[in-house]
Amino acid sequence: MMPELSLNILDVAENSIRAEASLTEISVTADTAADTLTVVISDNGCGMTEEQCSAVCDPFFTTRTTRKVGLGVPFFKQAAESTGGSFSIRSVPGEGTVVTAVFGLSHIDRMPLGDMTATVHTLVTMHCDTDFLYTYSVDGRSFVLDTREFREILGGVPFDTPEISAYIKDFLSENKREADGDVTL
Amino acid sequence: MKSLEELKAIREKMQNELNSRAEDGAATRVVVGMATCGIAAGARPVLTAFADLIQKKGLTNVVVTQTGCVGLCQYEPIVEIIEPGKDKVTYVKMNAEKAVEVVEQHLVRGQVKSEYTINSEIK
Repeated sequence: MMPELSLNILDVAENSIRAEASLTEISVTADTAADTLTVVISDNGCGMTEEQCSAVCDPFFTTRTTRKVGLGVPFFKQAAESTGGSFSIRSVPGEGTVVTAVFGLSHIDRMPLGDMTATVHTLVTMHCDTDFLYTYSVDGRSFVLDTREFREILGGVPFDTPEISAYIKDFLSENKREADGDVTL
Repeated sequence: MKSLEELKAIREKMQNELNSRAEDGAATRVVVGMATCGIAAGARPVLTAFADLIQKKGLTNVVVTQTGCVGLCQYEPIVEIIEPGKDKVTYVKMNAEKAVEVVEQHLVRGQVKSEYTINSEIK
C-alpha cells in the first residue's frame, strides 16, 4: 500500500516508460460535486496482449523473469476500489495502454493525493527523452504541462539542467496552487 | 499562472552559458531504485534530495539516474554510487536526511559513508 496516491501514479507511469512509450499522458481530475477523483494514465507504448492485460491485476503476475511478483497495478487498483471507486486497464499490443482509476473523493479510505508536483517533476526530469502531457483539474480549474511545448522552446537544452528543472518545479507547484483554490486533495 | 514566456526568457539567458558547460567524460552515477518497492519505501524524496543537493553544490560531474528493483526490496530505498575506476557502493534504507550526509561525505569529500552501506546492514 502506498501512503499517497501520487506515489501510485509515479509507479504506474514508470510502467509506461518501461513499455517504451514516447508520450505518456497523466490526468488528475477532482470533482467535488460528483465526489470523485479520477486518475487516467495512458501511453503509446508497446501495450499488452489480452491475456497479459487481464493478468496484470494479479499480484503474482509480472513480465519480469527475475522474480514472481508485481505489485504496482494491484496496489493502485486496491487503492481505488477500497473507496467505492472503480479501476480499469485497457491495452492494445503495439498501440498502448490506458489505466483509469476512479476514487470516492470524500471516502474515509481514500489516501491523500500527496505531492503530485514531485511525482511529475521526477518523471519529467528523469526521463528527458520521453514526452509527458499532464493535466490537473479541480472543479473545472485546470492547467496543463506539455513537455512537447517545453522542448520546442528549449531546443536541445535538457530538462534536468538546474535552471530548467527549477522552472518545471515552480510551474507545477504555482499552477497547482491556483487550480486547487481552497480544495485540499 | 506560470507562463511559458518565462521559460523562453530562461532559455535566452542560458544561451551563452551552455557552450561553456562541457560534458566531463567520466561521470559519477547516483542510481536510485524506483520500482514499486523503492517508491513505497520512500525513494522519491531520496531521489529529489540527491538531485537538489547535487545541483546546489554544483557537482557537475555527478549524474542522478533511476533503476528498477534490484531484488533487495527489504533494504529499500537503495542508492548505488558508481564512480569510474572504483567499486560500486550500495547504500540501503536511505532517507532524505541520510542523503544529505552521503552527498557531503561521499560525493563532495570522497569518503564512503560506511554506516549506511549494505555491508554494515548484513554484519
